[in-house]
Amino acid sequence: MSASDLSAPAAGSPGARVRAVHDRFHGDLLEVSMGPHHPSTHGVFRMIVTLDGETIVKLKPVFGYLHRNHEKLGENVTYLGSMPYTDRLDYLSAMTNNWAYALAVEKLAGQAVPERAEYVRVILAELTRLLNHTCLAGFLMQDCGCSGTPLMYAFREREYILDLFESLSGSRMMCNYQRFGGCRVDPSADWLAGAQTLTDRYGAFLDEFETLLTGNEIVMARTQGVGKLSPALAISAGVTGPMLRACGVNYDLRKVDAYGVYPRFDFRVPLGDHGDVYDRYMIRVLEMRESIKILQQALAGLPGGPIMDPKAKLRSFRPKAGEAYGRIEGPKGEIGFYLLSDGSPNPSRYRIRPPSFINLTILEDMCLGHTVADAVIILGSVDIVLGEVDR
Amino acid sequence: METPEQIRDRLLTRFPDAAITVVLNPGPAAQHSLLLGAAHARAIAEFLRDDATLRLDQCSNVTGIDWPEKEIVEPTKVATPDPANPAGPPKVVEQKTQRLQPGCLEVVYHLYSISLRHGPVILRLRTVNRTDQAAVPSLTPVWRSCEFQEREVFDLFGVTFAGHPDLRRILMWDEFTDHPMRRDYVEPDDYEWEPTPHGTVLEKAKVHYPALPPAAAASATGPTP
Repeated sequence: MSASDLSAPAAGSPGARVRAVHDRFHGDLLEVSMGPHHPSTHGVFRMIVTLDGETIVKLKPVFGYLHRNHEKLGENVTYLGSMPYTDRLDYLSAMTNNWAYALAVEKLAGQAVPERAEYVRVILAELTRLLNHTCLAGFLMQDCGCSGTPLMYAFREREYILDLFESLSGSRMMCNYQRFGGCRVDPSADWLAGAQTLTDRYGAFLDEFETLLTGNEIVMARTQGVGKLSPALAISAGVTGPMLRACGVNYDLRKVDAYGVYPRFDFRVPLGDHGDVYDRYMIRVLEMRESIKILQQALAGLPGGPIMDPKAKLRSFRPKAGEAYGRIEGPKGEIGFYLLSDGSPNPSRYRIRPPSFINLTILEDMCLGHTVADAVIILGSVDIVLGEVDR
Repeated sequence: METPEQIRDRLLTRFPDAAITVVLNPGPAAQHSLLLGAAHARAIAEFLRDDATLRLDQCSNVTGIDWPEKEIVEPTKVATPDPANPAGPPKVVEQKTQRLQPGCLEVVYHLYSISLRHGPVILRLRTVNRTDQAAVPSLTPVWRSCEFQEREVFDLFGVTFAGHPDLRRILMWDEFTDHPMRRDYVEPDDYEWEPTPHGTVLEKAKVHYPALPPAAAASATGPTP
């Protein structure tokens, strides 16, 4: 790799916009392969980083270490058969993956969902959001160098939520809980009481967590102004979820698409100002506060009735020929499923829109001009799960 | 938001010689799409992004679909003069005609507007065939989010995107040659094949060697006990 490769990028080529200085005061460019086996890459993700001194002048992500052609698997099993596979995409938020898939299939087949199931879905999705954002904050602090403590605080709370998931669905992480036209089991009164207790005390945990981190001088020095993203680039690059809202773009699918019963709840959409790593952390903390508000309202207003649409067909389920794209606001961004049916029991085409994969499109743009240590926290703030990126 | 028909009509006034068809979706979702010809696809995409009433500023999802060649058998009724009674009414004979529907690869784009909060508008591009003319224009210069997703379609379906700034494999490794999401893809027996002297593996391994001439085969195996 010589400097001339970088100094004149081809017209229209993304990235490589930092001009590498190459004279006798500067050394050669250094190419570093970060990952795939590195704790800061959150799995098996690799970045080929070109450095001028300590400054990143080029960064090319390498994917596919966890690739299993999930979409082909989806075409070879029935519609219902894909439901447990969706748990394995973003394994921190199985419940929202399930919901996105169920929503797409319900759109494809024109199926109704009972009100109680819609409420339970909202409760589970918001618990998933709490779980995901708490873990993300812990991981991000770990990446910043606060070794252990914040992550353990986060994981302690995560276990309480996973206990709830386990007692409802039988599995901590691979929940396989949603069905087309409802949910698999009805939550018991005990379970709802447990969810209520967790919701009531989660705010206190967030207060404690924020006391440690939000105003912390080192955290602020480390994350503010790092990895800035402009709203125009974020929109064009398909960035969604907390990443997009941290840039100040007011776009939350819970408000925009108003799917499920979200229009009935009173909550706000937190927006960032600078689009840097600190804003992305802060947005997630604020979103958790809003999730608690939604949870309180959903638990208070949970109606009775069936949890599954009585007309729903689980076996020999064959939607009419057609196609549908369904999407929801997952914790990481817009998770969507595109399904094409030819009237057979298997989907003819099964496509996942993976939010964290698409959010990585502008990883290079955010990292250019920063140091390797900054690249680590920028990647941490994107919030990726490799099960979903590589599929 | 405008219906796909209205969008097509408006596009046709702007690009009179463009090929634009509305593809109807018969399912309950009723998400209809616009099939674009390759010639004006880039210009149309830019128009959709910048147009004041649509402002489709985000391309949310890009994916491919493989449509292999399909043999279609259609019954047709042919009227032939009755040989027994040439003056009488013609005899109607049902014949079966076979025609080969050519295969193609299709790329589907789901567009949304973040500033106006509407969508989706679905665009489809089709390649001429699945072999030597499997190219469509890239929309990465219009929406940056297509960059990795078009690479993925290139990798898994084998669609070449003309004008893509960095068209490489993304999920499969660089040395891989096939396109696994195609419907006629055949999985290798073993991705990490190497010869071993054991039963079924050895049987499978035979296809990787040319057949030995009989004399050489006899000397290789030696005298049978």
